[in-house]
Amino acid sequence: MAKEIFYFLIFPGLLFSGVIGGFLSWFDRKLTARVQFRQGPPLLQPLYDFVKLLAKETMIPKYGSPTTFLLSPVFALFGASLAAVFILLPALGIDGGFNGDLLVIIYVLNIPSVTYIIGALASGNPLAAVGASREMKLILSYELPFLLVLVSIIIKAGMTINLAEIVEYQVLHGAFIGSLSGIIGFITIIMCIQAKLGLVPFDMAEGEGEICDGIMIESSGTILAMYKFVKYIMLLILPALVCTLFMSGLSVSGINILWSVLKILGVVLLLTLIRNTNPRVRIKQAMRFFWIWMNLFAIISIVLAVFGL
Amino acid sequence: MGFKEKSFKKSLWVFHLSAGSCNNCDIEILDLLTPRYDIERFGMKLVGSVRHADVLLVTGIVTKKTLPRVLEVYEQAPKPIVVVAIGACPCTGGIFASGYNFAGPLDKVIPVDAYIPGCPPKPEAMLAGIVKLLNKK
Repeated sequence: MAKEIFYFLIFPGLLFSGVIGGFLSWFDRKLTARVQFRQGPPLLQPLYDFVKLLAKETMIPKYGSPTTFLLSPVFALFGASLAAVFILLPALGIDGGFNGDLLVIIYVLNIPSVTYIIGALASGNPLAAVGASREMKLILSYELPFLLVLVSIIIKAGMTINLAEIVEYQVLHGAFIGSLSGIIGFITIIMCIQAKLGLVPFDMAEGEGEICDGIMIESSGTILAMYKFVKYIMLLILPALVCTLFMSGLSVSGINILWSVLKILGVVLLLTLIRNTNPRVRIKQAMRFFWIWMNLFAIISIVLAVFGL
Repeated sequence: MGFKEKSFKKSLWVFHLSAGSCNNCDIEILDLLTPRYDIERFGMKLVGSVRHADVLLVTGIVTKKTLPRVLEVYEQAPKPIVVVAIGACPCTGGIFASGYNFAGPLDKVIPVDAYIPGCPPKPEAMLAGIVKLLNKK
């Protein structure tokens, strides 16, 4: 029991993934600044932002449901920490996990997005409702290609739905990104996690210019700090999931730590470059992109995986 | 200085409120985000919602039409909040001080922490004003 609580609260769960994810968010902002020939924020900037938001006043909107509004970031934090535990334990090779944990991860990864929607709708703000409806459409768009890519991974790994066994298979037979279907699946899943993280081509749920931060519009102080923490955690665990599924996991023994860190930083670098070289698309364009092109890519990947390519 | 105050000074999120300006000061504020001045190296960034703001930048004279809106936005902002009057108009009224729709300089409406005069003030002047304000606190 004590081991599980330690897993959840400290090592791969809440604290560890929050701190590393904060570092990754600094990396993302610094890289954005360097792309735009700017200096960029200092290293402790995510910590300053978090502490400042905790110290600010928390305002509760007049029209809306206060209890749901206050509880939704708590549930988002629960979901993100749970996903961190389920993904990082097999990825780092600490614990074998259990049979079928890939299916649990699919469900748990959706909890933060769903709680964003619930919190936004509970705030009673019309702009937040617009943001929530966009987030809902975005979930409907990216879930299907995400699941289809996972199907192609399962076929390639010899019909196993255990994350640790997928990693073992890749260690024995080479990483999946080395094959043709792996490359196509990698492109698809990068686009899906770009949308899951709400980064720029697909950040229409939080459009600053048009709907004033959308789903986050009414959250202030501690609530906003918790949402930021959830975003830090998601920025670590989604690249970690990609590394686990396509690049044979994040081994922590000896010199392999260096490769693991470089894998994560490489995936975050890719996400940041996509974010900096693309404009925000409309929700209609995003849905068309995922439903037509990304589903097509994912199905091609499945067909190639069946033929063993 | 405790870590809480330090992190407040290191991460000022700016909300920009136009209370009837001629758009000149607003363009100069946007200059601060460009690579030449780059306020993100001090941790400042422009936010879309007043609920996230630590600094309220007010430009333009407060007209009779915008007076209730300015008050409402100030009440919506989570405290502590720093109010900065950018340009001659919110500081004194400028050339519009005798206009029929002038509802008083900004400090008659809400408490102001810093005044940055000029028509429009240069981006360097805005940065200097914010730095002086932070050193005073």
